[in-house]
Amino acid sequence: MLQYAWLVLVFPLAGVLINAFFGYRLGRRACGALATVAVALSFLWGVGILAGLLNLPAEAREVHLALWDWIVAADLHVGLSLLVDPLSVVMLLVVTGVGALIHLYSNGYMREDPDYARFFTYLNLFIVGMLLLVLADNFLLLYLGWEAVGLCSYLLIGFWYQKKSAADAGKKAFIVNRVGDFGFALGIMLIFATFGTLGFREVFERAPVTLQAGGAVATAITLLLFTGAIGKSAQIPLYVWLPDAMEGPTPVSALIHAATMVTAGVYMVARTHVLFALAPVSSAVVAAIGTLTAIYAATIALVQTDIKRVLAYSTISQLGYMFLAVGVGAYAAGIFHLTTHAFFKALLFLGAGSVIHALGGEQDMRRMGGLFSKLRVTGITFVVAWLAISGIPPLSGFFSKDEILAAAYHSGNVPLWLIGLITAGLTAFYMSRAVFLTFFGDSRVSHEAAHHLHESPPTMTVPLAVLAVLAAIAGLGASAFNGFLEPVFEGAHAAEAGGLPEAALIALSVLAAVVGIALAWLMYQRRAIAPERIGARVPSLHRLLYNAYYVDYGYQRLVVRPLHALAQWLARSFDLGVIDGIVNGVPALVSGMSRRLRGWQSGYVRRYALSLVFGVVIVTTVALVMVRTI
Amino acid sequence: MSVPVYGYVALSGLLFLIGAIGVLVRRNVLVILMCVELMLNAANLALLAFGSAHQSLDGQVTVLMVMAVAAAEVAVGLALIVTLFRHQGATDVDEVSLLKG
Amino acid sequence: MFELILFVVFAVVALAAAIGVVAQRNVLYSALLLVLNFICLAALYVLMNAQFVAVAQIIVYAGAVMVLFLFTVMLLPGKRIEVAGRRLPGQTPLAILLALALGAVLLLLLGGSLVALGRPAHPAITVGNVQALAEVLFTRYIWAFEATGVLLLVAVAGVVHLLRSGPRPGAPR
Repeated sequence: MLQYAWLVLVFPLAGVLINAFFGYRLGRRACGALATVAVALSFLWGVGILAGLLNLPAEAREVHLALWDWIVAADLHVGLSLLVDPLSVVMLLVVTGVGALIHLYSNGYMREDPDYARFFTYLNLFIVGMLLLVLADNFLLLYLGWEAVGLCSYLLIGFWYQKKSAADAGKKAFIVNRVGDFGFALGIMLIFATFGTLGFREVFERAPVTLQAGGAVATAITLLLFTGAIGKSAQIPLYVWLPDAMEGPTPVSALIHAATMVTAGVYMVARTHVLFALAPVSSAVVAAIGTLTAIYAATIALVQTDIKRVLAYSTISQLGYMFLAVGVGAYAAGIFHLTTHAFFKALLFLGAGSVIHALGGEQDMRRMGGLFSKLRVTGITFVVAWLAISGIPPLSGFFSKDEILAAAYHSGNVPLWLIGLITAGLTAFYMSRAVFLTFFGDSRVSHEAAHHLHESPPTMTVPLAVLAVLAAIAGLGASAFNGFLEPVFEGAHAAEAGGLPEAALIALSVLAAVVGIALAWLMYQRRAIAPERIGARVPSLHRLLYNAYYVDYGYQRLVVRPLHALAQWLARSFDLGVIDGIVNGVPALVSGMSRRLRGWQSGYVRRYALSLVFGVVIVTTVALVMVRTI
Repeated sequence: MSVPVYGYVALSGLLFLIGAIGVLVRRNVLVILMCVELMLNAANLALLAFGSAHQSLDGQVTVLMVMAVAAAEVAVGLALIVTLFRHQGATDVDEVSLLKG
Repeated sequence: MFELILFVVFAVVALAAAIGVVAQRNVLYSALLLVLNFICLAALYVLMNAQFVAVAQIIVYAGAVMVLFLFTVMLLPGKRIEVAGRRLPGQTPLAILLALALGAVLLLLLGGSLVALGRPAHPAITVGNVQALAEVLFTRYIWAFEATGVLLLVAVAGVVHLLRSGPRPGAPR
């Protein structure tokens, strides 16, 4: 079973090829069904792999599959090889499981889009890239998958490329990711320069010997790797692309920009935990940036009015949580939060998509309200996801978030824990605000939208229901999950320190959630405290938050405009002068010379024969000279 | 008293050069083709001379191959000449200079 | 001695015939002089103990190829006699000059080693020339032999195609 693990890649790859070449000929239904079945088969195969892995003793659950050599050049040997261990299997199941549900959902959501085959081709290609990323057994293959998912992200954000904002958002995502990937690539090169290999097993085995703990090389490698993670997982300061990425179709936002691709950074840090363990400074940086991003994005999410933007900032914030976890060494907790987050955030996005779909494209929460009774399934599942992300026991978000906060507290870094706790309260608040504004209260839906308000078709509601069940009960498997991942993160336990007892920590985090929900209920449901008045009291703060701290403007001024000016200058002086000069000069030279040479082309065969004999004389003369001189 | 090898090779060289001059000087396509045959035969003569000098049969085998190739070449060449005549009405190579630059 | 006399006679006749081929204005005479040249060469082949090649020379060249030439000469109703008229200035002197230069360079290049080669010895064979040749041709050179056969087949097909698909003589173009 395990040696056929590569089959999980083959199913979606076949889907890509068939849909890319015959998608439109197959027709809408067959095309979507094919893409969905391909990913579902991958998922089932993944379950088989999990079973195969569970059959092995815990310490032997690490299977390296070398399929074939990819690059062999001098000292560089890179194999197309897969690594099957608990961590990659967890990622595999999350990607294909959530992926299959979102594919199914897309069948309904993209029902009227004329470009369905292109959509499903990209979506399947994304699954291939993501599986390559999580199953890779060396850094270069991981990088390949990393870039492949980046490409799919770009293609899918700009899926409606006729819209300028969508095309711009795609470009922005791609370019911002380049910044991070540049660091990532440097990190990989440094790894090769240090270890002479890129294979995970070799690097991790040699790392404790080769690298000095806390030394400069270890810190440089891990910081460079983390740069890549910052870009891909939208952390400060490279998070700016993710809110704009919501221009893509909603299933894409759910799959790529919430559940799977953006968590690749977390996965990568967890995968290379051996290196991070040797670089405490880098780990501290990871934790600090994660925590900072968590609270920063949460404050922005407080005042956004576009439902997808709220979810986007929420995603950034939750990713910050995951980095906080891996930064303090609680890798299993980080991956667990990654998993539960994939469930409830995908559910939130798909629910939002269902609402948007029902309202005919409306995304502004100020023109929603009272939808709970109209959209039953969407409403109920959204509420489940809301409670899960807010951290209400016994839903999944409570367990994973609590684990992270406990780990942060026990790591001895109380400020990190405190900020995390506050962020938990903020999270509960803004998610409650979104739920109250969207599903409860008076309807502010415009007249014509209200007219054809309808619940989504079963292809969309079934995935919602499945994800809701998962989001609700996933937390109960916390200890089994951690036990399963245990062998991967051997020797990387979060420090258990004294201080507040476990129960107090739990009580505090539940309290934060409850306070957040209660406050939102008072403000947006009961209207006991008018939110407008708070906004009016501190207008500058509201504006600051609403415009996301003006970071985009800052980037625009500090980076984009100077670069643009430089490019303009180069275009005028260098491009027009030098490049065009060369481009136009070469053909001018050639045509001038050929005008002269044309006379030789007399058309008389005998003249050609004469020059041929002339050539023979020259060659033999050269031979003669060479023979004589030697 | 047998003839030295250089005698045969010198004759071969002279025949080759005469053929080459013919190709360059004559205008009739048929004669040009004949001169090419002359050059091929000169080469054959040299091959045989060298072959016998080295006491080897390879020269003779090669000559047989050259003959077959020459026969094919003559057949195709003459067919081309006939076709050329049908199209252009000419057997003079200088009248066929369509590739003038 | 007898051999040397034969060589000189045939060599002189071959050279004269070759010059005639080039110099003769009448195409028909050129063709007939070429036949003479071929026959002389065949005789020289016999002197070098290459009897089979000599016979093939007579049959293939002097027979088949030249008959083909003569038929083409007869078939084409064009001028058989080349009219004087210089279209390419300096072609003839240049051609002769280049030929002399080539000859000189080749002589300088190969002269010494050619003299060192000595006299042709008769290949040490116990069987007849034809049998020895056949043994080499059908063992070591079998692939070249087969390829030559394919080449001839292709040539035949090409010729048939060329002559079938062109416009009939005299047909409007």
